[in-house]
Amino acid sequence: MALEWYLVLSGLLFAVGAAGLLIRRNPLVILLCLELMLNAGNLALLAFARSHGNEEGHVFALIVMVVAACEVVVGLGLIVAMYRRRLPLNVDEMRGLKG
Amino acid sequence: MTVDTSSAETFGWLILAFPLAGAIAIALGFRFWGKAAGWIGTGAIALAFASAIGAFFAIQDLPSESRQVTSSLYDYASAVGLDIKLGILVDPLAVIMALVVTGVSMLIHLYSVAYMDSDRGYVRFFALLNFFVFSMLVLVMAGNLVLLIIGWAFVGYASYALISFWYRRNTATAAGMKAFVINVIGDIGLMLAAFLLFGELGTFDYLALFEEAPGHFDVNDGALVAALLLLLVGAFAKSAQVPLHTWLADAMEGPTPVSALIHAATMVTAGVYLIARTHPLFELAPTAADVAAFIGLLTLIMAATIALVVTDLKRIIAYSTMSQIGYMVVAVSIGAYTAGIFHLMTHAFFKALLFMAAGSIIAAMANRQNIDLMSGFRKAMPFTSALLIIGALALAGFPGTSGFFSKDEILVYAADRGGMYWIFAIGGYAAAFLTAFYSFRIGFRVVWGEPCEEARELERGHMAHGEPENPVTGEKEDTDVGFPGPEHHIAERAWPMRAAMGILGFLALFAGLLQIPGVTAAVEHFLEPTFEGSALFEHHPSTGSAYLGMLVGGILALAGIALAFQVYVRRRGVTAGLVERYRGLHGFLFNRWYFDELLDALVYRPTIAAGRVASNVLERVFVQGIVNGTTGIVRGVGVLVRGAQSGFVRAYALLVVGGFAVLALYFLVVSS
Repeated sequence: MALEWYLVLSGLLFAVGAAGLLIRRNPLVILLCLELMLNAGNLALLAFARSHGNEEGHVFALIVMVVAACEVVVGLGLIVAMYRRRLPLNVDEMRGLKG
Repeated sequence: MTVDTSSAETFGWLILAFPLAGAIAIALGFRFWGKAAGWIGTGAIALAFASAIGAFFAIQDLPSESRQVTSSLYDYASAVGLDIKLGILVDPLAVIMALVVTGVSMLIHLYSVAYMDSDRGYVRFFALLNFFVFSMLVLVMAGNLVLLIIGWAFVGYASYALISFWYRRNTATAAGMKAFVINVIGDIGLMLAAFLLFGELGTFDYLALFEEAPGHFDVNDGALVAALLLLLVGAFAKSAQVPLHTWLADAMEGPTPVSALIHAATMVTAGVYLIARTHPLFELAPTAADVAAFIGLLTLIMAATIALVVTDLKRIIAYSTMSQIGYMVVAVSIGAYTAGIFHLMTHAFFKALLFMAAGSIIAAMANRQNIDLMSGFRKAMPFTSALLIIGALALAGFPGTSGFFSKDEILVYAADRGGMYWIFAIGGYAAAFLTAFYSFRIGFRVVWGEPCEEARELERGHMAHGEPENPVTGEKEDTDVGFPGPEHHIAERAWPMRAAMGILGFLALFAGLLQIPGVTAAVEHFLEPTFEGSALFEHHPSTGSAYLGMLVGGILALAGIALAFQVYVRRRGVTAGLVERYRGLHGFLFNRWYFDELLDALVYRPTIAAGRVASNVLERVFVQGIVNGTTGIVRGVGVLVRGAQSGFVRAYALLVVGGFAVLALYFLVVSS
């Protein structure tokens, strides 16, 4: 299969993730969308690695996975904390950073 | 041929070791000692005195050309071109000073054992007193300028701590601060002088300095004169010479033994010692020496006139101290080294004695110090009165007493040098007349006359116990720690006080026999190795002129005493009329020539005004302007960019995504 197909799929996944990130208000869903975007990136990295025939892309993909795992830990922790404190699970209402 | 100097070195270090050990032992065991502290302190100083005697004999055993023994424990700092040793110089001048300091200190410690007995700060007192003696001995024994400065600063601190000894008395703490500030001015002068000398000659060591100086400097070389004038700032601050003298009278706020020890016998003579110690430099720069002599003359006349009118017993003695130190400064500045050091020695005896007698009287007056209140103590306190009169006789220079020989030796030398130096002889004799008058102003007013109430009570065997109060302001006080204790002690009832005063009385009367012109010259022979090679030291007035000078001095002393007798005994009350007639002059003298006010106007007020300008203009306009301007700029920029921070998370996300999209487009366009 040609490299382009992988890239198209990766681009589509990224676009879906970005759109979800911008549209949805539930932080849990936003987190899922973020994962989608990260994995779109991973897909592109692996596709390039296969097409070039070396291992560097794999290494990067592994690192991205580690980062993603960390991010999930922090993100989910935050969401659970919000839930416990009965805060609204809606990013539009969390505007404490307003300047 | 090498000479074995080890015993002189050992004794030199022992002189320093005993007071230090005493101070540390007393201070660390302050809960433990109780009344034993006084005897430990006295014992430590007695051992130091014994070491000084040992050093005296050790140095006598050496051949005269090698009687300048140096010894160093370790190198304090050693680098290229810099070599500071923790070293002492044991030579006749240092040994005679050490003898005077330890001897008089020992007697004053003994006196204090009884005098301070009921004070709640007893142990603290002796720890500080021992520390003072140690500091003074460091100053005296130092073999280089660095160690001298260390001792100099220690002495300043010890003096401060002892003046403020009654630390809950506001006037005492203020006096302590005043003394400390003025002494620090002196310390700075001394340090700058040391740096200047080091810069020119590359050494701090006395003997090396004296060796290098003649080859390096021309006579009256500008740099040398500048260095010596700075040195004099240090000497004058410590020795209470014009215009740095104002602290000494206020220092009388300290306990009387402190006044006797620090402000009469030892510390205030440090300046005299310093000038004598650095005499080879002063001989190379006669201008600086003349400046010193003139300031000494001014001080000795000014202080003598003030002592005529002051009414506080201890302050009269303090002004007489300033005046007598003026004589010594004149002496060592014009080259009469033997006479200056000899006068330092006799003055230590009779002035410490006068203070001790004054302390005994003040105790009998329940801590009141105004001589207007005192009279007729001769029956109530025969011993104290007798020794007060002995002290006054020696101070007045009554023929045969120690002060007579030492003072006249200075003045005869001045007259014999001739030329401009006649001024010193004339001024000195005039002040000697005043000295005789005011010393018997004390004597006659306190001892003669109708007994005052306290004296009469004491004759009946009961000592006055007034309400404890501050003798200066009359404020009511406690007898708790930080104030004078509840009980007072007089020499008649405490043998340590009697013993100390008796020995000093003997010395005040007879120490003059060491140095009778044409008969004995013990002090001069002993000091010879230190001053060898000094042309001024070799200069001797003839015996005939010495006796002529003594005749003049004796007549003046007797005339002064006779005048005092007229004014204060035969025609009591004439003083009030005199005060009325010369109101302006009396006010001028009574306000101490307005020196405090002068310093206030010249130094204090300008400093305060400058501070106010700095705080109102510099601080408020410039510093705060810059600070406020910076924060204003930051805040303004913040207002401008604040709108972007909506707190709307999805807007941030859009910005990030959009931003990257734009970047990606840009690279696409560029690469294609």
